[in-house]
Amino acid sequence: MQSVKLAASALAIAAVSASAAAARDNVQVAGSSTVLPYASIVAEAFGENTDFPTPVVESGGSSAGLKRFCEGVGENTIDVANASRAIRQKEIDACAANGVTDIIQVRIGYDGIVFASQQDGPAFTAFEPTDIFNAIGAKVLVDGEVVDNPYNTWSEFNSELPDAEIAMFIPGTKHGTREVFEEKVLLIGCEETGAYEAMVSGGMSEDDAEDACLDVRQDGGKSVDIDGDYTETLARIDANPNGVGVFGLAFYENNQDKLKVATMSGIAPSTETIASGEYPVSRPLFFYVKKAHIGVIPGLKEYAQFFVADEIAGPTGPLANYGLVADPELAATQSMVANEETMQ
Amino acid sequence: MTDASIGGAAAPRKKSSIHELDARTRKRNASEARFKAFGLGAILIGLFFLVTLAVSIVRSGLPAFTETVVDVEFTLSQAQFDEAESTLFKTAAYSDLFIADLRGTLEERGMQVAFDEAAIERLLGKVGGTLREFYRANPEQLGQPVAFQLPASSRVDGYFNGRVTRETLEDTRFLQGSDLDLVDALHEAGVIRQDFNWTFLTGADSGVDNPGGAGIGASVVGSFFMMLVVLVLALPIGVAASIYLEEFAPQNKFTDLIEVNISNLAAVPSIVFGILGLAVFIQFMHLPQSAPLVGGLVLTLMTLPTIIISTRAALKAVPPSIRDAALGVGASKMQAVFHHVLPLAMPGILTGTIIGLAQALGETAPLLLIGMVGFVARGYPEGFLGGFTEPNSAMPAQIYTWAARADASFYEKAWGGIIVLLVFLLLMNVIAIILRRKFERRW
Repeated sequence: MQSVKLAASALAIAAVSASAAAARDNVQVAGSSTVLPYASIVAEAFGENTDFPTPVVESGGSSAGLKRFCEGVGENTIDVANASRAIRQKEIDACAANGVTDIIQVRIGYDGIVFASQQDGPAFTAFEPTDIFNAIGAKVLVDGEVVDNPYNTWSEFNSELPDAEIAMFIPGTKHGTREVFEEKVLLIGCEETGAYEAMVSGGMSEDDAEDACLDVRQDGGKSVDIDGDYTETLARIDANPNGVGVFGLAFYENNQDKLKVATMSGIAPSTETIASGEYPVSRPLFFYVKKAHIGVIPGLKEYAQFFVADEIAGPTGPLANYGLVADPELAATQSMVANEETMQ
Repeated sequence: MTDASIGGAAAPRKKSSIHELDARTRKRNASEARFKAFGLGAILIGLFFLVTLAVSIVRSGLPAFTETVVDVEFTLSQAQFDEAESTLFKTAAYSDLFIADLRGTLEERGMQVAFDEAAIERLLGKVGGTLREFYRANPEQLGQPVAFQLPASSRVDGYFNGRVTRETLEDTRFLQGSDLDLVDALHEAGVIRQDFNWTFLTGADSGVDNPGGAGIGASVVGSFFMMLVVLVLALPIGVAASIYLEEFAPQNKFTDLIEVNISNLAAVPSIVFGILGLAVFIQFMHLPQSAPLVGGLVLTLMTLPTIIISTRAALKAVPPSIRDAALGVGASKMQAVFHHVLPLAMPGILTGTIIGLAQALGETAPLLLIGMVGFVARGYPEGFLGGFTEPNSAMPAQIYTWAARADASFYEKAWGGIIVLLVFLLLMNVIAIILRRKFERRW
C-alpha cells in the first residue's frame, strides 16, 4: 500500500507540474492526411536545421484539423491546420465566433490525382472523364435516355478500353480528395456525355442535376469507397487485377513497381504536366497559420517561412522530390508569410 | 427402458456382458469421441491461425531489423562547415558535401561502373541530419577523416532484402536500373553492407522521405509512460471501488444502478473515451496536447470497468469461510478484508489488471483525438516528468502511421513495430505471472 501511495503522490506532482509546464515550446500542427507526409518532411528538417524543437504534426483530416484550429486562441489549441482544400466560409465564421480572426493562408504547392491499376492487369492506359463517369455514375445516358447505369465492363461504353469488369476504388466522402474527384472528373464526365443536359431538360433543376451527376452507383461493388489511406486502395488493387484506384501522385510514384498509371484526357500525370496545368485533375494544398500565436509560440513564423522557402518547397527541394508539385507562385507566398498577411 | 422399470418379471432380461458393448453404449461412446474430435479440431484451427499469424508477422517484420548501411570515411573542413552552417537548409548542404566527397573517394578507388553524383544521391538515405548533429557535437573532428556508417536509401535496402528486384524495377527518380550495378560493385568492395538496425529499436519517428532514420524507441517510451499512468490510477481506484461494492456497499437500488453502469461502461467503444478526454482533459483542464499523461488518463477511464469487474469476481471467489473465520476471531470487517480476503484475491486482481493494461496498450482510437497519432514521436522526452508531458506517440499509433505511408519500407517497419509491441506485451504478461505465483495461496 505504501508504494501505491507513493506512486499516486508522484503522479499528482506530475499532473500539477504538467499544468504549470503547459507553456508550449513546440509548434502544434493538425489536419489533412494528404499534407501530413509533406509536413512531416518539413517538421523533421526544421528540427534538424534550427534550434527550435521539432513541431508535432497530427493527422485526422482537413475538416477535423480546421475544426480544432477554429476552437479558439491559446496554448491548448493548435497553431497550424493543414488542409487539402481551401478553408470554407462556414469554417471562417466558426473561427471568428471563437476569436480566431487573423488567419494566414499558405499555399504550399499542388497535388495530382492519378488513376492507376495493377502493373500486370488489363491495359488501363488512357481514360477520359467520360469513361470514369460511365463506369461508376449512378445514372448515365444511354441512347439519349438517362437510365440506371447498365454497364458491367469498360468495353461496353468505350471499345478502346479493356473488356474487364468495372471495379473502381475511389476515396471515401471524408477525404478532401473525393471533392476534387467529383468536381474535376465526375462532373466533367457527366457534362461531356450529355447526361447533365439530358437531366436538366428532363425537368431537374441545375443543382439537382449536379448532385445526380455526383451520385456513384451502389450495385455489385463496381465502385468502392475507400475511407482509409492509399495503402488500403493499393491492397485492394493488389487483390483485384481489374481494379482501378484513385491515388495521389506522390503515392503512385513511390509504388511504381506495383502500379501503372493511366493518362487523363491524353495527358500523362507528372510534376511537369500538373505544374503547367495540362493534367486536369489536381488541387492546391494549404496550411493555415493562427496569427495570434506568432510571437507567443516560439518558432511558429520560422516554421511557416521554412516550409515555403525555395530550398524546401521549390522545384528541387525535398517536397518536390517526394512528389509535391511546386507552386510557380511560391515567391508571392513567401512574401505573404514574411509580412504576415492575413486572409481578407 | 420402460420394460426394465416395470418390475423385471414382465420380459426376460436381455443377456449382455459388460465386455460386449451394446448399441446405446456404442452410440454414447461415439458421441463422446465426436465431441473430443470437435474440441481437438477447434484447438487445431486456433493453433493454425496463431501459427499463420506469427509466421506472417515475423516474415514481414524481420526486414525492419536489418538495415543497409554505407561505410565511408569523410572529411569536413572548417571552411565547409562554416559554409554549410550559413545556409538555410543546412542538412542539404552537408548532404551535398558528403556526396561530392564520396564521389571523389569512389573515383580514386577506381570503380568499374560509371556513376555520377545523382546516382550516389539515389543510393543514400538522408544523411545530412546525422552529419550536422555529429559535427555540431564534435567540432574537434573537423578537418580529420571520420568513419561514418550511414543508411542507404529505402530502395537499396529493398534490393538487399528482396523487395526490389531488377525485373520489377522501373527507372524513376528514386532509383534506376543502372544504379543497381553500382550497388553490386559497392557491395563487393565492402562499402555497402547489411547490418542490424539499432536505429529501429532506439530511434524516433522520421519524415516520410527518411525511412532509414525511423525507429520505434520513442513511442515505446510513450507507451511505457501511458501504462504507468494507467497502472497507478486504475489499479488503486478500481480495487477500492470493487472492495467497497463487494464488501461494504448496502444492497439497494442505487448500488444496483452503479453495478449496471459499470458493466455497460466496459462495452463502450474506446473512441468515445477519446472524445471525452479531448473535452475534459485538454479543453477544460488545459492539460498539454499529445501528452502521454492525457493518453494515460483516457486509457485509465477505459480500463477501470475491466479492472473493477475482474476484481469483484476475484473477491467473490474467496470462500466465505475465510471471512467468517476472521470475523469470528474478532477481526473488524476492514481487517478481515485487507488481511485475509484481499491477499487471496490478489492473483485474480492481477490477471484482470494485466488484461486491462494489455487492452489499453493496443488502443489507437482514443489517441487519435487527443493528438497522439501522426508525426508525434519525434524524440525522447527530457527527464522523468517530461515523459508524461512532452508530446509523444504510442506503439500502436506509430504502427498505424507507418502502415499508411507510401514508401514500402515503412510497411516493413510497421510489421517490425508489431513484433516489438508483442514483445512488450509478453514482458508485461511475464511480470504478471511472476507476481501471481508469488501471491498465489491455496486452501
